[in-house]
Amino acid sequence: MTVTAIVPDYADRIETADAPEKFHGNAVIYVHWEEHLSFCSALAFPLPLAMPFGALVSEVITPYYAAHPDAANIVWDKVVWDIDGGKKAPDFSASLEANGLGHKSLVRFWTPGLNGWAGSAS
Amino acid sequence: MSGAKKLGLKQRYAHMTRGLDWETTYQPMDKVFPYDRFEGIKIKDWSAWEDPFRLTMDTYWKFQAEKERKLYAVLDSFAQNNGQTGVSDGRYINVLKLFLTGISPEEYQAHRGFAFAGRHLRGVGPRVAAQMQSLDELRHVQTQIHTISHYNKYFDGLSEFRHMHDRVWYLSVPKSFFDDARTAGPFEFMIAIGFAFEYLLTNLLFVPFMSGAAYNGDMSTVTFGFSAQSDESRHMTLGIEVIKFLLEQHPDNLPIVQKWVDKWFWRGHRVLGLVAMMMDYMLPKKVMSWKEAWEIYFTEAGGSLFTDLARYGLKVPKYADVATAEAEHISHQNWAIFYQYTHAAGFHTWMPDAEHLDWLSAKYPDTFDKYYRPRWELWAKLEKEGKRFYNNALPQLCQCCQIPMGYTEPGDPTTIAFRSSTYKDQKYHFCSDGCKDIFDNEPDKFVQAWLPVHQIFQGNCGGATVPDVLAWYRMNVGADNMDYVGSPDEALWNEWHAEKLRKAV
Ligand SMILES: [Fe+2]
Ligand SMILES: [Fe+2]
Ligand SMILES: [Zn+2]
Repeated sequence: MTVTAIVPDYADRIETADAPEKFHGNAVIYVHWEEHLSFCSALAFPLPLAMPFGALVSEVITPYYAAHPDAANIVWDKVVWDIDGGKKAPDFSASLEANGLGHKSLVRFWTPGLNGWAGSAS
Repeated sequence: MSGAKKLGLKQRYAHMTRGLDWETTYQPMDKVFPYDRFEGIKIKDWSAWEDPFRLTMDTYWKFQAEKERKLYAVLDSFAQNNGQTGVSDGRYINVLKLFLTGISPEEYQAHRGFAFAGRHLRGVGPRVAAQMQSLDELRHVQTQIHTISHYNKYFDGLSEFRHMHDRVWYLSVPKSFFDDARTAGPFEFMIAIGFAFEYLLTNLLFVPFMSGAAYNGDMSTVTFGFSAQSDESRHMTLGIEVIKFLLEQHPDNLPIVQKWVDKWFWRGHRVLGLVAMMMDYMLPKKVMSWKEAWEIYFTEAGGSLFTDLARYGLKVPKYADVATAEAEHISHQNWAIFYQYTHAAGFHTWMPDAEHLDWLSAKYPDTFDKYYRPRWELWAKLEKEGKRFYNNALPQLCQCCQIPMGYTEPGDPTTIAFRSSTYKDQKYHFCSDGCKDIFDNEPDKFVQAWLPVHQIFQGNCGGATVPDVLAWYRMNVGADNMDYVGSPDEALWNEWHAEKLRKAV
């Protein structure tokens, strides 16, 4: 559906605020650790798509989730991944792009056995 | 003129307005009123508009002037008696910070929006009513600034409210709400703000703030609330009149109006999440829980309203049931957002104490102990260990409401609700079906959304680091932000109270 506007060419006059070329070569990637809602929402990062998936885990996910007591116990090869709505076993040595990530992709992950503080998903 | 009878108010009003809606001849009417056709609303007879107030301009000024005199007398005596030292607790001032930064600027936006509607609706009845509301809203923002400016002499976080409103991440939530309404046509604006906000949801905004002020000893805020009350009842009447008028004028208006009601109910519900958090977490002396307020002011009052509107074919807003179910959760989820982003908040946060947690358990017996108490317990434990919990990354935001995507699946408070749409090869993310529907109906509007997190990444917010961005917000780091405990506000408050105790001995 289009916007009901006073001008007939509304769609031609607008600018997409978050077009990929506006991020200085990065893509926005969202990451979310399931069952750990102490982190209130998914986290957003501007990242180069050429980055290896393994670096996303070691350089981004690990430090930014470190404040949770479960973080130290994550076993990375047991983690269940979902990229943009599809379960996937990502190749850690391949790039984000080769793993199917693009601008504004959402990466959710589950850590079996780690279900948040006292199992409360917190 | 001894034989001439003095005119009654009603007749004076008729004389005052009826001549105003002449047919223009130098220019065609459609050119003079270019905005009131494109939305597809059909009006057969503008004169069928019933203005329930019939307030002439001279009576309007007289009423308002009287209210101003009373308000400023109270404000003067509040200042002379150092009323700021008599509120329930120093934490209470953070409610005023939220109000002044998040709500007062929207009074101004309402003023602008009603001025626009007052110019561009071609019927004289709604035009006069919208113009008066426009003046009311200007008065509201002014009296709020004046009232709260007294607190600004003592407390942090208030002085840059105007600057912050256009920049700070969470203030984009109410700002984008009004920007959306003000960039719509005049009829959508009237339904969005006049009906959905001022009629359907207004009690969930003003009653909590004003009774919160009364419970917490803030007589100055109570007084501006009273001073706005008679305006608000006029606004509510205008809101209900608008919707009835549109629905009575033409059956084709119904689907358009229904879509607006659905949209603006959901957007309003999202903005009110800030009030929910204020009621359940920020008022030192609680009035009632958000859930209780929702039951009284939405479920019961809204229920009878929509029973009444059913004769026009209008239905209860879509996802009203989802919003009602969320009343169990949103205050906890929102305060958790601010607790972990306290370093980027323009007001203070704090950990609820034991008594407060018990109150929450009592008010939310089905959910609090199971889902939210453990979160506070973990964070309290970390605080005790000297590892106060901060979220050091930026949150994913909803493309529509712009709130961090922290809301959970209906029926499952352990899982975040993720919704998305693809439009012109780009992905967009939403916190809920309600927000997704709004985007899907008007994607070209919402792809333009100024999402604070993405703007930071694009380099438009002062720099790449948190201190850069906070400087750009004009946030006084170490004073405006962070926890109440350890803040200059707390130090001042404790000093006042030590002095009171000394004097009492
Ligand atoms: Fe107002
Ligand atoms: Fe109002
Ligand atoms: Zn949303």
